[in-house]
Amino acid sequence: MTPTVARVVDRVVEGPGTVTLVIELSDALTAPAPGQFNMLWAYGVGEVPISLCAVPPLTNVILHTIHDVGAVSHALCELRPGDQLGVRGPFGIGWDLTPARGQDVVVMAGGIGLAPLRPVVEAILADREAYGQVAVLLGARTPNDLLFPAETAAWSLSLQVETTVDRSAPGWTGDVGVVTTLLGRIRHNLTDAVAFVCGPEVMMRFGARALLDRGVSAEGIQVSMERNMQCAVTMCGHCQFGELFVCSDGPVFPWARVESMLGVREL
Amino acid sequence: MKSIMETLAAQPIFADIDESTLTLLAGCARHQRIHAGTRLFTEGAPATDFHLIREGRVALGIYTPHAGLVTLETRGPGQIVGWSWLFPPYRWHFDAEALEPLATIQFDGHCIRGKCDSDPVLGYDLMKRFSTLLDADLRSTHLRLLDVYHRAPTS
Ligand SMILES: Cc1cc2nc3c(=O)[nH]c(=O)nc-3n(C[C@H](O)[C@H](O)[C@H](O)COP(=O)(O)OP(=O)(O)OC[C@H]3O[C@@H](n4cnc5c(N)ncnc54)[C@H](O)[C@@H]3O)c2cc1C
Ligand code: FES
Repeated sequence: MTPTVARVVDRVVEGPGTVTLVIELSDALTAPAPGQFNMLWAYGVGEVPISLCAVPPLTNVILHTIHDVGAVSHALCELRPGDQLGVRGPFGIGWDLTPARGQDVVVMAGGIGLAPLRPVVEAILADREAYGQVAVLLGARTPNDLLFPAETAAWSLSLQVETTVDRSAPGWTGDVGVVTTLLGRIRHNLTDAVAFVCGPEVMMRFGARALLDRGVSAEGIQVSMERNMQCAVTMCGHCQFGELFVCSDGPVFPWARVESMLGVREL
Repeated sequence: MKSIMETLAAQPIFADIDESTLTLLAGCARHQRIHAGTRLFTEGAPATDFHLIREGRVALGIYTPHAGLVTLETRGPGQIVGWSWLFPPYRWHFDAEALEPLATIQFDGHCIRGKCDSDPVLGYDLMKRFSTLLDADLRSTHLRLLDVYHRAPTS
């Protein structure tokens, strides 16, 4: 699949080293789903997987939130309105909201992990009656790193939104501590709840175990895995994770399917 | 308002505790309402009591001359604030301030230590229970030390 040429139409600085690009495609994406990703190509530098952080039904404008960690993500973060980039996608299997319908829901996001989970929350809000109690637990490094503050404030009008940071800063009166401690704030019983977890792998491991301790089943927990990718179509093997290909079997997996492999040091 | 016994029995750390132990614990405890902004304890002061939070949040931190109270961690419902009553020299190592109006159960640490000393079986049981919370705090601190969200930006 060759990349199509796309154009940046807006650029929002979300926090230190994190930028949301609003990108205009020549054609609308074919039915993107929450949790899917595109391969974004910064010309002359390289191509990386980046999740869709909004899932527009019928428009050719897409949003990607990118954290600057290396050569390609840096080049993408440096793009300005009018600049061009290549886009391939959408790829992968995203979040499965079907088992969450009629159930209580926990969304647990750490750092940039909120980007792929934002469409999950928006899908729930668009059909609020279809879900039970919904708690959104957000963790970030510092208050400055909290993503989408306007959106998360709006979510808190109809969902339980709890936010914590690892390190406080002057003027911050919110919570300080790891995101898993926020589970204690959820008053309802989590036994039949469905949980969507995304963030650094260590955070997801601790998050999933804390959810299991609270009675959520391993099948009820979905996590989004990150592995280096090249082809995104099961050709190159770069993203292989045991018997799984993260690009096409995932990136979202039920915890029950990846738990044993996450504990293994070399796969 | 629920009785102290009922509130304690509903806490995960006191799950399956026998009624006589709960009665002993409740004998060292009382309900408290605390205004937002109240300093619960101050670094260096004698550590005599501790709180089980029922409602509201508390900031644990260190006072610095330039930045005031620097929050190291916050505690909320179901969590305990203060461990220094348990270990010599029984002085607070941090400050604690109510971020919101609080409803707590306040325990007299000296009273609990006295009961544990005179009944080592009770003491061992309670120490095991408190240790699970200390262990959870320690794991959270380790996780934060890992600084998992930090992938140094290139710019
Ligand atoms: C399915 C999927 C969705 C993703 N969605 C997003 C997103 O929405 N926003 C976003 O900012 N990033 C996302 N990522 C991560 C992003 O793809 C990587 O940060 C990017 O590939 C890094 O490339 P680079 O050339 O900038 O840095 P590199 O030079 O390749 O790496 C820089 C540093 O980051 C580390 N690193 C690189 N890739 C990863 C990774 N995948 N996981 C953990 N550490 C890594 C490297 O070890 C190195 O220390 C996603 C990854 C996957 C697999
Ligand atoms: S990225 Fe090539 S096989 Fe998955």
